[in-house]
Amino acid sequence: MIDLEIKNLEAAVEQIWAVARSFGLDPYPTNFEIVPASVMYEVGSYALPGRYSHWTFGKAYHRMKTMYDFGLSKIYEVVINTNPAYGFLLETNSPIQNKLVIAHVLGHVDFFKNNVYFSKTNRRMVESVSTHAQRMMEYEFKFGRKNVERFLDAVLAIEEHIDPYFFIKRELSPAEEKRRSELRPKDGPYDDLWLLDKAATESSNTDSEEERNEESQPRERLPEKDLLFYIMKHSPVLSAWQRDAIAMVHEEMEYFVPQMQTKIMNEGWASIWHARIMRELDLTDNEHIEFANLHSGVVSPHKGQLNPYYLGYKIYEDIERRWNEPSDDERKTFARQGNEGRDKIFEVRELENDVSFLRNYLTEELCEELDLFVYELVEEESWTITEKRWGKVRDQVVSNMTNFGFPYLEVVDGDYNGNRELYLKHRYEGTELDMRYARKALEHVHTLWGRPVHLETVVDEESTVLHFNGDEHLED
Amino acid sequence: MTIQRNDWSLQRKGIIDQERHKDRVKEAIRKNLGSIVSNEAIILSDGKRTVKVPIRALDEYKFRFNYQKGKHVGQGDGKTRVGDVIAREGRPGSGSGSGAGPAGQDTGVDYYEAEVNIDEIAALIFEDLQLPYLQEKAKKAVQSRKTQFNEIRRTGVIANLDKRRMILENIRRNAREGNPRFGDIKKEDLRFKTWEEVMRYESNAVVIAMIDVSGSMGEFKKYIARSFYFWMVRFLRTKYDNVDIVFISHHTEAKEVTEEQFFTQGESGGTVVSSAYQLALDIIRQRYRPADWNIYPFHFSDGDNYYSDNEEAVRLADELISTCNLFGYGEIGEEGSSSYRRSSGALLSIFNDRLQNKDRFVGVRIDDKEDVYPALKEFFGKRGVETPA
Repeated sequence: MIDLEIKNLEAAVEQIWAVARSFGLDPYPTNFEIVPASVMYEVGSYALPGRYSHWTFGKAYHRMKTMYDFGLSKIYEVVINTNPAYGFLLETNSPIQNKLVIAHVLGHVDFFKNNVYFSKTNRRMVESVSTHAQRMMEYEFKFGRKNVERFLDAVLAIEEHIDPYFFIKRELSPAEEKRRSELRPKDGPYDDLWLLDKAATESSNTDSEEERNEESQPRERLPEKDLLFYIMKHSPVLSAWQRDAIAMVHEEMEYFVPQMQTKIMNEGWASIWHARIMRELDLTDNEHIEFANLHSGVVSPHKGQLNPYYLGYKIYEDIERRWNEPSDDERKTFARQGNEGRDKIFEVRELENDVSFLRNYLTEELCEELDLFVYELVEEESWTITEKRWGKVRDQVVSNMTNFGFPYLEVVDGDYNGNRELYLKHRYEGTELDMRYARKALEHVHTLWGRPVHLETVVDEESTVLHFNGDEHLED
Repeated sequence: MTIQRNDWSLQRKGIIDQERHKDRVKEAIRKNLGSIVSNEAIILSDGKRTVKVPIRALDEYKFRFNYQKGKHVGQGDGKTRVGDVIAREGRPGSGSGSGAGPAGQDTGVDYYEAEVNIDEIAALIFEDLQLPYLQEKAKKAVQSRKTQFNEIRRTGVIANLDKRRMILENIRRNAREGNPRFGDIKKEDLRFKTWEEVMRYESNAVVIAMIDVSGSMGEFKKYIARSFYFWMVRFLRTKYDNVDIVFISHHTEAKEVTEEQFFTQGESGGTVVSSAYQLALDIIRQRYRPADWNIYPFHFSDGDNYYSDNEEAVRLADELISTCNLFGYGEIGEEGSSSYRRSSGALLSIFNDRLQNKDRFVGVRIDDKEDVYPALKEFFGKRGVETPA
């Protein structure tokens, strides 16, 4: 790309930023990087640049790159939730593609900054993951690449099983807070040295007391949704580096979870604003046609599936319309004044996640207009539409989004059989687990726990418990 | 707000981790040779160099829902109705919705398909294999003669003048005369390339592939035999310059057939094993003198021989063994009945009991696709190495 084009692009960014602000968007300052496809796919497959090494990332990278090389799919845009934020532009993009991507990225960054589910995300995550990568590399050097890799295989098998509201737990209980403040040195910059003596003489008592506390803690806290955290804390077999590796994965997942929770909202939000921003720019006729083409490629129904861009886009539009021009009924029942559409969608983008967004705003009319349906496998051979009633369809889509589409698992006992065995329970809500996968994943859990593990779930409407003791799988 | 364009040319992380992934693929292949050896994609590869084989070990296992048993939400074109079938199971890509998960839930393919190079797989498989009782047979001279330029002489035809050597000789001679330069070429500077005629010899092996096509040999059994022969022939070709294969199929009578017929022929009738052995012996006598050829007869059957023929079969098998390097007999069971063993009437146990020359006989039982690899190892294991040539 020649300097002139970069200059033009810089001007476009300024313009797009100004338009976005005038609409009320409030993104972090954003740096755009023009990168070759290989870097685009690298950032895309790791989800953040500079993460630790693992073969699964290499596999994803290879797949994306191959798809690109064969012209099967192309990523236009990658955006990173940091402050300042980063947007990546593919170096082969046309000027209009770049403008669209810039506008779209600013929509995402506004969402990152203002949606409440992102309020606790680490905005310096790129730095954090690169220190993680550094540490992981040291562990590979010290303990062997194979060992680290095998261990990560096991950790990644349960990486989604963290508590999205973990930050609540991280805040200490008042008693703990008090205990720690008592330990803190009080006067004088060097007085704490005296405490070393004291601590040394007392250490034997406090240690055993702490240990007892540790021992009794798991029972108090159960059930625990955060498998990673629980195993990191209480596994009988892990060494220090392994617990640290789990902590790193945990921290990265905490960062990604809000994105998993708001896929539809986030894409819908970015799409609605890229469209509006682009309409404000002075485009030539040809550019306009190119834009319209691109836009309809992003925001169009995929027959038979749900396109999150399209679904989110339509719901925001619908909300805005219903708050701008409420029906008489809505005026009366909900006391809507009209002309509140803009404020309303900004409120929604701040307070909801996909589950609540769909539950609150996927209306009967919209469901009908979008022609949504529930389908399932009938007689093991035909995927058949089995439900079109609004309430059922909405509840199904909400249920499929719950826990970002993963089964809800909890630790219910960390000392099962009085033998330090781990007992997990799947909170069954009507959909069975993939049993072959569950058995294999249970083997990974066993690697982490080092003692027999159990998983209670439901198969064919009967409660079933899978056991794995390191050698064989049992079931009852 | 900035736009940057940095030099990313040293960015290698994706590529490095892609290598790690490749390592995993290789390792998985090594561990799963048993199932890869009998994979249809390879056996029916028909000359292709790379094929795709599913490798389960590369799945990223997670706790996930059973997609088939779940309810999903999709979007139609406005005219869908309850009861419409939007896709059929087992044919991804047909219809519209089967592969499509709800938004944000990537169901993907059920297993990872690795692109493998058949030669690489072969190298892995053959790593542990060798030819038992391999003997240096009198090598057969091949018709073609080869010329090899391998000598330099002072005389020769001018067309074969070696100019480089001539110049060197010239400089050397001038230097001896105190004037190190090129020029003034004399007859003694000339050097000519000359050739020798070489006769090429090839060591030869013949595989006599015998298969039972009686009524009881179904698709599965024939597939097993086929995958076994696929690898055997490939393996022998790495060891011998020239591998002949003779195909013999038999039920109550034996006949020599083409490769195509061998693998596709319909089945009928009963089983008289001795007929095949007799034909094999005849062919050896006529075309493959044991003094010149390494001979490897292999026979696959379900072992259901006519009782009255057993005596003769054992006698001829013994005779066959005395003429050949190794006689292999594979008895193929019913698919998936690994625990099921046939009664003592089956041929394998008769061979084991009654054969005279058992050191050159290998009998294996195959009940499952995964047994093909162990069978190969059994046939071509480390054995008979010390046998004098």
